[in-house]
Amino acid sequence: MAGRTLFDKIWDDHVVEKLPDGTCILYIDRHLVHEVTSPQAFEGLRLAGRRLRHPEATIAVVDHNVPTTDRSLPIEEPQSRLQIETLERNVREFGVPYFPLRSRNQGIVHVVGPEQGISLPGATIVCGDSHTSTHGALGALAFGIGTSEVEHVLATQTLLQKPAKNMRVTVEGQVGPGVTAKDIMLAIIGTIGTAGGTGHVIEFAGSAIRALDMAGRMTLCNMSIEAGARAGLVAPDQTTFDYVKNRPYAPKGEAFEQAVAYWTTLASDPDAVFDREVTLKAEDIVPSVTWGTSPEDVLPITGLIPDPASCDDPARAASWRRMLEYMGLEAGRKIAGTKIDVVFIGSCTNSRIEDLRAAAAVAKGRKVAPGVRALIVPGSGNVKAQAEAEGLDAIFRAAGFEWREAGCSMCLGMNPDRLTPGQRCASTSNRNFEGRQGPGGRTHLCSPAMAAAAAVTGALTDVRELVPAEEPA
Amino acid sequence: MRAFTTLTGIAAPMPAENIDTDQIIPARFLKTIERSGLGRHAFAGLRYEADGSENPDFVLNKEPYRRAEILITYDNLGCGSSREHAPWALLDFGIRCVIAPNFADIFYNNCFKNGILPIRLPREICDALMGDARLGANARLTVDLERQVVCRPDGTEIPFEVDAFRRHMLLEGLDDIGLTLRHDGAITAFETKRKQAEPWMPEIRKTADGESGTSQKV
Repeated sequence: MAGRTLFDKIWDDHVVEKLPDGTCILYIDRHLVHEVTSPQAFEGLRLAGRRLRHPEATIAVVDHNVPTTDRSLPIEEPQSRLQIETLERNVREFGVPYFPLRSRNQGIVHVVGPEQGISLPGATIVCGDSHTSTHGALGALAFGIGTSEVEHVLATQTLLQKPAKNMRVTVEGQVGPGVTAKDIMLAIIGTIGTAGGTGHVIEFAGSAIRALDMAGRMTLCNMSIEAGARAGLVAPDQTTFDYVKNRPYAPKGEAFEQAVAYWTTLASDPDAVFDREVTLKAEDIVPSVTWGTSPEDVLPITGLIPDPASCDDPARAASWRRMLEYMGLEAGRKIAGTKIDVVFIGSCTNSRIEDLRAAAAVAKGRKVAPGVRALIVPGSGNVKAQAEAEGLDAIFRAAGFEWREAGCSMCLGMNPDRLTPGQRCASTSNRNFEGRQGPGGRTHLCSPAMAAAAAVTGALTDVRELVPAEEPA
Repeated sequence: MRAFTTLTGIAAPMPAENIDTDQIIPARFLKTIERSGLGRHAFAGLRYEADGSENPDFVLNKEPYRRAEILITYDNLGCGSSREHAPWALLDFGIRCVIAPNFADIFYNNCFKNGILPIRLPREICDALMGDARLGANARLTVDLERQVVCRPDGTEIPFEVDAFRRHMLLEGLDDIGLTLRHDGAITAFETKRKQAEPWMPEIRKTADGESGTSQKV
């Protein structure tokens, strides 16, 4: 029998039953719930007279709608308030564990799950949110689902699924200074495209991946969906175990040792076969930014804005023209030096303590450029408290950044933090779609260090020109 | 869920790649706690000008496509967010079938859960169907899920593939949850077995105020 991949192993361990046509009833260990994609699911349960099968495998949190200003103030937008109140009513009625807005544990669902030890290696984890792929960093099979499936999991603790195909993306070598997990992932998406991973689960492997800390691995897996993949995975190793140990909801003592013994068996077998393999050299990756309105429109910060005239495919050239017009960019010019109006450092991609440290290292002793609005939005109340304990908030405030409360914030234009038409933003989030950060907003995706560099210079800037090469970025 | 058997209707051509779910339904419209009523916001960014008036150049603002029941696009339709509001918005607008060379996985799945049939066809065939669609109201397409064919206005039939299980669920308008609950015994047996094999898997205890009292690592 051929060897099995990490994905195959987790999958096999969760198949309850295989139906005659190959569809599987897949057991779900952890279900994360937030306010936007759950109200219709709870309503469905209510209408059908169904209960939650396992409230103790479920955790709810509010993140998408919440303002990131003073938590003692009421939520002004009536619809946002209604959605949050609806979740609170549902968690009470159905007995779901919940981190309320005023809890220090509240935050972005994909920051909270790993931080609390709720997301564990080898587990199946779902959430009505495409960035559930984040939790794959722990070696968990984690993927986003729609609201009908949220209801299905609430009622049955399972999903009807067929196995995905296996893809492996290997990044060997050592990245240069100023190059982060975000740059690695943007390079991968730029290489395989936004549909490159469709139908697949991507396992990230290679020495450059092994060298990443958990926050970096989460950034990588988070954006697997931007490569079209169902999920991203990194095999659990000592870095993973050290991260999980002693987290509030993780197994403790002997149970933890038992768990590690199992988690250690999950790595892909040496003879496992992948349906598709892609390899990148870490040395080739430079700090990157996006120029267009799809995450695959990536450029090294040293690069030139693409020219539709040089594109052979007429449909693609037309799409580039439209993107350049929307983005207000001129073909053939250097991307570096493009003036920005707003900097957003946050989101489930890049709002962990490591991300804030990287941004603070650039911001320290510098000032946000005149006319630029720069927001720092920690991923959770705990990240915020940790950053304050380390004095990062003082660095940011002194530099002129806004220091805000946890939430999805300006990643998606669902709460008061959004761009106005025409505003240009260097953003550590995950999607540069038209209007994603607010109607007419222009998004350039980049790493926290690059975003901080943009904030202090007022333009898209090569962070390596700010940070001496011998210092870690 | 409403069953899908055959559909004869107007098809709207949208010759673009990577039409993401933020375009199908922007995030600012996701604050509803209901499934219905999103049709008027479908493609809001493309369909309306900043002052709220209709963009006359957008296909769904033109006759006869205001009454479109089929949408034809290029690659990677529905990429991005998992929001089921995207198929809800399409359905509420009147779209019951989407045709593209390929789809993003979650969107593809969400369509089936809402009685929308997503059909994968090669790009050159999508081009041909868009050509048909441009002929307007007299050039309706018929989608026959039973026979797995798309019938063009000239009578030619284009076969398509669809997963047998999903086809069955759609033809019968069946509820996934009801089906899964018939396997309740198997789920319970699996849970018992796993509790023995993986006794370390902790339960998430209900927290009244969310504070577990332990010091937090981040």
